[in-house]
Amino acid sequence: MNINFMIKTYWWKILSLVLLLYAVTYGFFVDIPQMPIIHQSMRNIFYHVGMWFGMFTMLIVSFIYSLKYLKGFDEKYDRVAIEAVNVALMFGFLGIFTGMIWANFTWGSPWVKDPKLNGAAVGLVIYLAYVILRSSVEDRHKRAKVSAVYNIFAFVLWIIFVLILPKLSSSLHPATGNDSSTPVMPMGLNPSMRMVFYPAAIGWILLGTWILQIRIRMSKIRQHLEEH
Amino acid sequence: MLLSRELTHLFLKEIRLELKQRYVLNGILLYLVSTVFVTYLAFTGSITSETWNSLFWIILLFVAVNGISKSFVQESPARHLYYYTIASPEAVILSKILYNLLLMTILSVLSLFFFVLLMGNMIQNPALFLTALILGSLGLSSVLTMIAAIASRASNNFSLMAILSFPIVLPLLMTLMKVSGSALTSGSWNGAFPLIVILLIINIAVILLAFLLFPYLWRD
Repeated sequence: MNINFMIKTYWWKILSLVLLLYAVTYGFFVDIPQMPIIHQSMRNIFYHVGMWFGMFTMLIVSFIYSLKYLKGFDEKYDRVAIEAVNVALMFGFLGIFTGMIWANFTWGSPWVKDPKLNGAAVGLVIYLAYVILRSSVEDRHKRAKVSAVYNIFAFVLWIIFVLILPKLSSSLHPATGNDSSTPVMPMGLNPSMRMVFYPAAIGWILLGTWILQIRIRMSKIRQHLEEH
Repeated sequence: MLLSRELTHLFLKEIRLELKQRYVLNGILLYLVSTVFVTYLAFTGSITSETWNSLFWIILLFVAVNGISKSFVQESPARHLYYYTIASPEAVILSKILYNLLLMTILSVLSLFFFVLLMGNMIQNPALFLTALILGSLGLSSVLTMIAAIASRASNNFSLMAILSFPIVLPLLMTLMKVSGSALTSGSWNGAFPLIVILLIINIAVILLAFLLFPYLWRD
């Protein structure tokens, strides 16, 4: 395989690797502001928040592909929808774990009553229910249709939940900009941290896309083996 | 207009069906009374208004899930096929939502009655509380009717009904608790007003989604 072809096709995978290598190395050297309580654990923002970016991107992908499925009932869209949910669940669990370790150091307890934590936990429960719903429908076409309907219904209500939750309770997470209801956007980061944060976030999203691509291929092969 | 005619007929059909199978309705009513009674016996001594509020809505949630889960499974698939040939899916889902709204309004008023009877009355602003109750009935009936339609397409209907609906119903339930909570403590309309707007938005979004998505579930 010639090198030009590789760069043209795989540039985003290479970019993902480069960005993440940069994030996991330079993330430990970059200058961070000295702050009480949080100290050096602040560096976790490059890794923990990236998980939520990955999860959210994958859920949007799944939502769009469920809409596409209902438009033409093409099975390949359904495959993308479920695999994107699987990747989102992986990111979601990693996000919860990285967050729990962090919270244990800074807030003194791995789980606190906080709208962002609860929003994330409810998102996980919704999509675990989605996976169970899929496994309890036998017929393939019916399964695709029913789960697409649930996905669209649940995603819209989850977004509403995430948006209104901060208005119903107070948060320990840093206020972001002037509206704390938007997803985590580190407006308060200093320029040198931003130089790591944004590349890391893009890297995680690209890595998620890469995993998604591999999972879709695996699912195709599995289906092919079952049918022959 | 055709839709409204179909709607009326299907709605009346739901009422006739319920009256014919009276034991189902009686079952839910007994469920409601026993749940409130269990709560009454479990909580001895005085409770705070916060506990009162959360207990009331949790009981109402369980009653609602129980009452609405039957919506799409009490009639045979053959009869659904028959409705499919004579009515539009939009009329079917709207008639179910309307019927369940009626059912939920009755159930929530009865729950409130028994709850106040046994646990004591803590409501400072009855009008605000009733507003929450009516918006809650509408929201619960529309979300749960849609989930009942989804769950009826899969096996193990009842446990699916619970796991699919609980996380989805949360934005509605938490806003409702906040509104009724203020009806229990301060009793002022001012603080609750933006929350009532949120409730209205959630209700409209859910009904719109049900209206758009149900045709895909209906066609088999």
